[in-house]
Amino acid sequence: MSDVAVAPESAGERAFAETIEKDQRVEPRDWMPEGYRKTMIRQIAQHAHSEIIGMQPEGAWITRAPTLRRKAILLAKVQDEAGHGLYLYSAAETLGADRGDLTRRLIEGRQKYSSIFNYPTLTFADVGVIGWLVDGAAICNQVPLCRSSFGPYARAMIRICKEESFHQRQGYELLMTMMSGTPEQRAMVQDATNRWWWPSLMMFGPPDADSPNSAQSMAWKIKRHSNDELRQRFVDMTVPQAEALGVTLPDPELRWNAERGRHDFGEIDWVEFKKVIAGGGPLNAERIAHRRRADEEGAWVREAAAAHAAKATRRRETGA
Amino acid sequence: MSEEIRHEWPLFEVFVRAKRGLNHVHVGSLRAADHEMALHHARDLYTRRNEGVSIWVVRSDDVVSSGPEDKDAFFAPSGDKVYRHPTYYSIPDSVPHI
Amino acid sequence: MSFADDAYGALTDHDDDARWAYGTGFADPLAGVPTTVAGDVDRADLAAYCLMLGDDALVMSHRLQQWVTRAPELEDELALANIGLDLLGQARLLLGRAGEVEGAGRDEDALAYLRDAGEFRNVRLAERGDADFAHLVARLLVFSCWRLALLDRLTASRDPVLAAIGAKGVKEVTYHREYAAQWVVRLGDGTDLSHARMRAAMEAVLPLAGELFSTHEIEARLAAAGVAVDPALLRAEFDEAMNQVLDAATLTGLPGAAAAAQGRDGEHGPELGEILAEMQELARALPGGVW
Repeated sequence: MSDVAVAPESAGERAFAETIEKDQRVEPRDWMPEGYRKTMIRQIAQHAHSEIIGMQPEGAWITRAPTLRRKAILLAKVQDEAGHGLYLYSAAETLGADRGDLTRRLIEGRQKYSSIFNYPTLTFADVGVIGWLVDGAAICNQVPLCRSSFGPYARAMIRICKEESFHQRQGYELLMTMMSGTPEQRAMVQDATNRWWWPSLMMFGPPDADSPNSAQSMAWKIKRHSNDELRQRFVDMTVPQAEALGVTLPDPELRWNAERGRHDFGEIDWVEFKKVIAGGGPLNAERIAHRRRADEEGAWVREAAAAHAAKATRRRETGA
Repeated sequence: MSEEIRHEWPLFEVFVRAKRGLNHVHVGSLRAADHEMALHHARDLYTRRNEGVSIWVVRSDDVVSSGPEDKDAFFAPSGDKVYRHPTYYSIPDSVPHI
Repeated sequence: MSFADDAYGALTDHDDDARWAYGTGFADPLAGVPTTVAGDVDRADLAAYCLMLGDDALVMSHRLQQWVTRAPELEDELALANIGLDLLGQARLLLGRAGEVEGAGRDEDALAYLRDAGEFRNVRLAERGDADFAHLVARLLVFSCWRLALLDRLTASRDPVLAAIGAKGVKEVTYHREYAAQWVVRLGDGTDLSHARMRAAMEAVLPLAGELFSTHEIEARLAAAGVAVDPALLRAEFDEAMNQVLDAATLTGLPGAAAAAQGRDGEHGPELGEILAEMQELARALPGGVW
């Protein structure tokens, strides 16, 4: 079954195995197992889709941001997400995937994206909490991917992580400011924290025991740490941040375990997790429909640009 | 006359010169209908944080590259020509400016 | 990997990695610019003039923000966001200057969020909604051709802050105009459908241009004092730039500018009311809130 179990035979297979073994990067034109190529395309595409769909929950607040400074920050942040989606599509295209095809898979619901973005952003505090928790969790996931074995993906992740370092900080800074404001604002921050905490923990994926693709991805060095390991790190990093902020994380079982030197925390609602993954999230249909509408409404514009480019080329060639 | 117009925009590779004195470096790719649009898109996508002073865009299908299978024939032969490197030659420390 | 304490820690592995240039050298456009107002300049006039140019940018930026997540292609999301950010930046500087000159303790946010539609001084062109992408690029082209000519002359203003804002804005709006012009040409000279839509958009937008060149009494007084730009003087440059683009876009026989609306005096269409309802909703809902 598994590619790693098969003894390398061809020169390509040997070179690939050696590249992985030596912790070097696989580049697009290298020989690679078909399973590796498919896994990479799927993972990068899902990651790209997540960036693009992830523009919507926060994008909804750009026009309503309560100060001009926050408006500029949020617009720049949502813009970055479009950019990050494009860096990733670019990496997927080095493997022969076609962005138009990937987009069709997204808007036809055939390819997934991070289900965190199927939750609504009810108040402006959600903008801060998304930066703090959702981007914080994303960074925990993404920083190890900067050393992923596929070169274009690793390089895209380096750039993305560097750019995202502002995303988490702007969110936390907004929350700190709001916590210094009115009682109503403090309640908004706590409420948003309550709603986003568990979905953030779900971002790390199913528990290791229930994560069928993980072993292969680890062997190929696409993935560097297990889901549960990253989730634990995120919890350990976030608890003191919540204390500094003055909010309570909504988990009665969350406490420091001196013996382990880590925090214990409660069981995630995996039924809810599976429901949202399967498309039953609060805004799943709406997010996809929004993207599909943009794609359909823009089709005549893209066609016109292609037609104009063809005309211009023809004019140049005929000297007209 | 009625040639088929491809509605999907072609892929372009993007190279950015970070500052004067450095080479243009490949940073990624993007989709655009024509070269002018590709330059605009490259500016908006790859230089949002003062990353560049100059941009090249090249149609991806115009790039000709050596393949991994050429690696040995292309690059191994230069591996033993160590006499091309200055450190190959021993000069006494007492000789200045060399 | 030292990762447990700091998610970014692992990134330092790559700090010597020259593959990605990561820009530095961000500059405050008003650093070192004197903020005094010359004794012979009417402060109320100057504040009102800053609001005019600031409101144009703020309202236009709002319309651009509404395109984010629904542009025809992802690359255009980035472009439109960049243009929106540039204009938002200009608006902040201009509203900040308006508040400073006014001296009544209003900052950029008080001016953006706590004024009603009747107090906004933007031209009507800025507030017009976009029925489709052709309308957006038509409006952006007209707005940018006009504003570029205006900001270019503003660099010679006797008011040092306005001159600095003009100098910064010229670089930005030059790009906005180029972006819009390329799209107007592509759509005008694209398919039959896009040509028809581009024409319809221009027919809807061009009549709004009349207001851009009518001189308000405040502009006249400040222009005489060497502080403001008399917009009537921008017409020839505007026409030349527009005609060049419209020719290349194969768009001929378009209507001229109609009689001037009075957005500068606070007379707006219902669309500005809708914009402000959206923009100001949260800021007004929580008085005393800090963000």
